[in-house]
Amino acid sequence: MRRDEQPPANTRPSMDELSMQGQAPLSGMQRIRAAFAGVPILGWLVGILCAVFIERYFGDEISYQLYLPKVPVLFGCLIMFKKPLLIPSALAYVTLIYVVPIAASARLSAVFTNRIAAVLDRGPIALSCLIHVGLLYAALHYWADLSDYRLLVLKLTMIAVMLTLSINLINGYMGEFSCSHPGFMALGAYSSSVLTLFFFGNHSLFGPALLPAALGPYCFPLALIIGGLIASAGALVVAIPSFRTRGDYLAIISLAFLFIVKSLIENMEWVGGPRGISGHPNWSSLPVVYMWMIACIWVINNFVRSIYGKALNALRDNEMAAEAMTVNTRKTKMVAFMLGAFWAGVAGGLFAHVMRFVNPGTFGIQRLAEILAMLYFGGLNSVVGSIFGAVSINLISEMLRPLELYKWIVIPLILILVMIYRPSGLLAFREFDVKDILRPKHTGVGRGE
Amino acid sequence: MPLLHVSDMTYYFGGLRAVYRYALTLEPGEIRGLIGPNGAGKTTVFNLITGILTPTEGTVEMGGRSLIGQQPHQIAAQGLGRTFQNLLLWRHMTVEEHVKMAHYSQLRYGLIGALFGTPRRIAEERRIAENSMRLMEIFDVARYRNLLVGNLPYGAQRRVEMARAMAINPKVLLLDEPTAGMTPEELIKMIGTIRQIHRDFGVAILLIEHRLKFVMELCRRIQTLVFGEVIAEGTPEEIQNNPKVIEAYLGKEEIAACNW
Repeated sequence: MRRDEQPPANTRPSMDELSMQGQAPLSGMQRIRAAFAGVPILGWLVGILCAVFIERYFGDEISYQLYLPKVPVLFGCLIMFKKPLLIPSALAYVTLIYVVPIAASARLSAVFTNRIAAVLDRGPIALSCLIHVGLLYAALHYWADLSDYRLLVLKLTMIAVMLTLSINLINGYMGEFSCSHPGFMALGAYSSSVLTLFFFGNHSLFGPALLPAALGPYCFPLALIIGGLIASAGALVVAIPSFRTRGDYLAIISLAFLFIVKSLIENMEWVGGPRGISGHPNWSSLPVVYMWMIACIWVINNFVRSIYGKALNALRDNEMAAEAMTVNTRKTKMVAFMLGAFWAGVAGGLFAHVMRFVNPGTFGIQRLAEILAMLYFGGLNSVVGSIFGAVSINLISEMLRPLELYKWIVIPLILILVMIYRPSGLLAFREFDVKDILRPKHTGVGRGE
Repeated sequence: MPLLHVSDMTYYFGGLRAVYRYALTLEPGEIRGLIGPNGAGKTTVFNLITGILTPTEGTVEMGGRSLIGQQPHQIAAQGLGRTFQNLLLWRHMTVEEHVKMAHYSQLRYGLIGALFGTPRRIAEERRIAENSMRLMEIFDVARYRNLLVGNLPYGAQRRVEMARAMAINPKVLLLDEPTAGMTPEELIKMIGTIRQIHRDFGVAILLIEHRLKFVMELCRRIQTLVFGEVIAEGTPEEIQNNPKVIEAYLGKEEIAACNW
């Protein structure tokens, strides 16, 4: 019933309809888009899963046939830059393993996946989310299973998503220019490292383990949360001046905070000073990082869609009007800073346990520039934008790694272009309505006759 | 007991005396006009009452409680809605979000609800959405509800601002030049809207206005402010014929004569 009433989310007509109406022939791109307009998210996830399994079972064989030295790790980009002669093979590999299987299985299964999506759409939203999140995890898990490098890139990307989302809360939704994010990250990273090493590690700085190692993974979330809370306590140092200053002045205050945190840690010998701490237990496994990332997206998306969260936008656009309309602007600013810092702290803790090493040098201006690049590339004031920005900048920078120094010319160039043509980012000012995204698509091929 | 009671309110911008010994007693359900030439300090009076500025001297009381020293949002939450002369809307927000936003002080679900999307939050936000819809219909902006405010015609933007001010459930509504920049048709519509608010919600209204005709139409009593001081107070007829008011608006006869 509901299916029929629904206005098409995507009003692009299908190919059949167009050819019947005898309109001008579509261009190639439009044809492709029309063909895939009816594939729901579930369909894409099924497609990606298919591709991942094809790579898992036939990847070695196909890469051998294509004269590739081994299975290309990041979509063949690394191979292309290292050995330009292998570009055709790498492209063929990507086409055979990813493009064709994903496209084919997504499109062919659209009839079924749309039906399933329609059933899920009628049920509770939590169940539907859980299934999608689970499928995505399965795909990522088997994709990362093939090489440790992939696993590392994936974990760092997820941490970057958390960082970008949390800074978007302050710089995007609230419209302040805060530079203190690596500082929050450092607070979280160091707090959780000290906690885990103090209680569970035989470490030269913190003495023998106090608790049995078997408890470790269960206490790890607690350590991360404490790290996050310490970071949000630190955020008060920036939040309270933000009551009175805005813009450039607050940017300078927050930058000062970043330097204070960094030099404070450098001068604290009991946490290793500038040499940092190493020897973390390996608790940041893929499922752990993934679950924290999903939790971060869920909480932040909940927040920014509530009236309390919209208050951030109100005070960004006009603070005086927000006050006159009963918005408690001080509380709102504090909440935004503390929530952002909390997630930055958690991300920092995860980062420390992924790298199994922290030093203060990691949390400097360079890191800030990376986070800001991901934020402004993806888009202000948008959860999808943050996810997109973090994933794409991270992947681009990994893919361009063989260019070495030139990488730092290419990435800034991309950013400059984005800033010229889309000043607030590629996917700015979007609502992330999960229900709407997971909905079955009833245009074109997916129509379940 | 008067709803809003202001006495001896004085304010200095540095050395400049912006408002001097301003007094106002607003009874429930009254519409009061505040007129005066440009720069007389009318908007400053509003900013002082709503807590954006703090008076140098004097008292501001609402329902017997002093408003001085409170944050603007606390004052607003006690039932003091206002609009702004130069339309302070939030340009990245839709009309519906504007009206919902002004329910902020009525939210009870707290941070936990905001972060985790509890059932209580869903119920409360649904109630607020219904109330916002009702207000948007009253102010005839419901059809724009999903548009960003910047895309609306000017008159509609004014009405959004009023709908937003009414969403905080005010007992007193301060309107700062509600007809500035309006066409005559929009002006007539605005008179109707203000009358309707006054009738349906029973709020007391304090109105700043330049167009005397508009004030004469709506208000029983009018204050005239010149250089921060109230020089005349009375019914529209009294004000119209008061020589001091005429002098403030048109200049002195003798001076005009001297120039010849």
